[in-house]
Amino acid sequence: MLQIENLEFSYHKKKAPIFNGISLTIQPGSVYGLLGKNGIGKSTLLYMMCGLMFPHKGRITLDGVEVRHRRPETLEKIFLVPEEFDLPPISVDAYVRRNSVFYPRFDREQFDRYLADFELENVKNLSKTSMGQKKKYLVSFALATNTPLLLMDEPTNGMDIPSKSQFRKVIASGMNEQKSIVISTHQVRDLENMIDRIDILEGGRLLLDSDTADITSHLRFIKGAGEADIEGALYSVSTIAGYSAILPNPTGEETPLDIEMLFNYAIEKPAEIERIFANPVK
Amino acid sequence: MQFKENQTIYLQIAERISDEILLGHYAIGARIPSVREYAALVEVNANTVMRSYEFLQTQGIIFNKRGIGFFVSPDAKHKITEYRRNEFLKTELPRFFMQLYTLHIPMDEIDSMYREFIENLTSNPSNQAS
Repeated sequence: MLQIENLEFSYHKKKAPIFNGISLTIQPGSVYGLLGKNGIGKSTLLYMMCGLMFPHKGRITLDGVEVRHRRPETLEKIFLVPEEFDLPPISVDAYVRRNSVFYPRFDREQFDRYLADFELENVKNLSKTSMGQKKKYLVSFALATNTPLLLMDEPTNGMDIPSKSQFRKVIASGMNEQKSIVISTHQVRDLENMIDRIDILEGGRLLLDSDTADITSHLRFIKGAGEADIEGALYSVSTIAGYSAILPNPTGEETPLDIEMLFNYAIEKPAEIERIFANPVK
Repeated sequence: MQFKENQTIYLQIAERISDEILLGHYAIGARIPSVREYAALVEVNANTVMRSYEFLQTQGIIFNKRGIGFFVSPDAKHKITEYRRNEFLKTELPRFFMQLYTLHIPMDEIDSMYREFIENLTSNPSNQAS
């Protein structure tokens, strides 16, 4: 379990802090969707979660040990797939030999299965593959390390259309009760049904930290609705097929969550979101 | 899997599994895929699929053998029809009645149309929806 307590950080002393008191607990068994506008600090937060960057105030612990100490027992439990990266000019086998030793739960069979799922043939030189290919290699490797915490920064960027579907299959089959996955993304449509907890970063704080079932028990998401249906809507947009809207949910009837709409609503009316999901301070 | 926009995902998956049972993809008494296998199949979070399985279990359509997996109940087909019948009566029929009421269509007219429909269906089996 990863615990973030009262995180504060700023890149420049004169500018507004990028984090102003963020607290968050990452529980095993869930896929977290970390959402936020460009430059809001999603990547920074991921880097801090794995000890690549240090907070100015507050602390981050994994199973009670502060990640900034970068102890081997901490690092073997975390894997980060960055948004942009290079792979060394070596073969897959050489890469595995070189890197898997750091992860005691690494499973070669699992890795090969993911590679097969992604239709990746053995290559002589990992550095000479496209960005999309590199992503798929690293995601496969990351899942096969079986670290309890897996962080992915915009993992579907650069992937072609069939790969995105493969990505979802690989995540769904590589996930289990012992793992937690944190995915920062703008491509919410790619991952809509994969995420079961949503965290929205805005203005240095976590605007929302709720599981999807909790969200749909508070809010109703409707699409293709007429004008009469959206009376009392908290948020609505007009589309070709009628209105899409978010409404209060007094009856508790469950509708499919639309993350994009939720995000737009949260950014437009942060105070309302905070009131509805009044998260007790953790 | 393509999902409809106005029904919650876990119920759509439960519907899909029910269809698969009715079509005989999973025989009575047979084991259905594990939650994780099914999650990968439909590209959905395993927790969502777990909810679908729990729902089907509450309806008596599947049952859980601890440590082995989920199996199709002996009377699954009957339970599915029963559930769908109740759902239809509870949610679809009131909408239908509302239309009849607002469009001033008398029940007698519907009754005769329905008889005609049934007659047509039984005399010409190719009309039957599969």
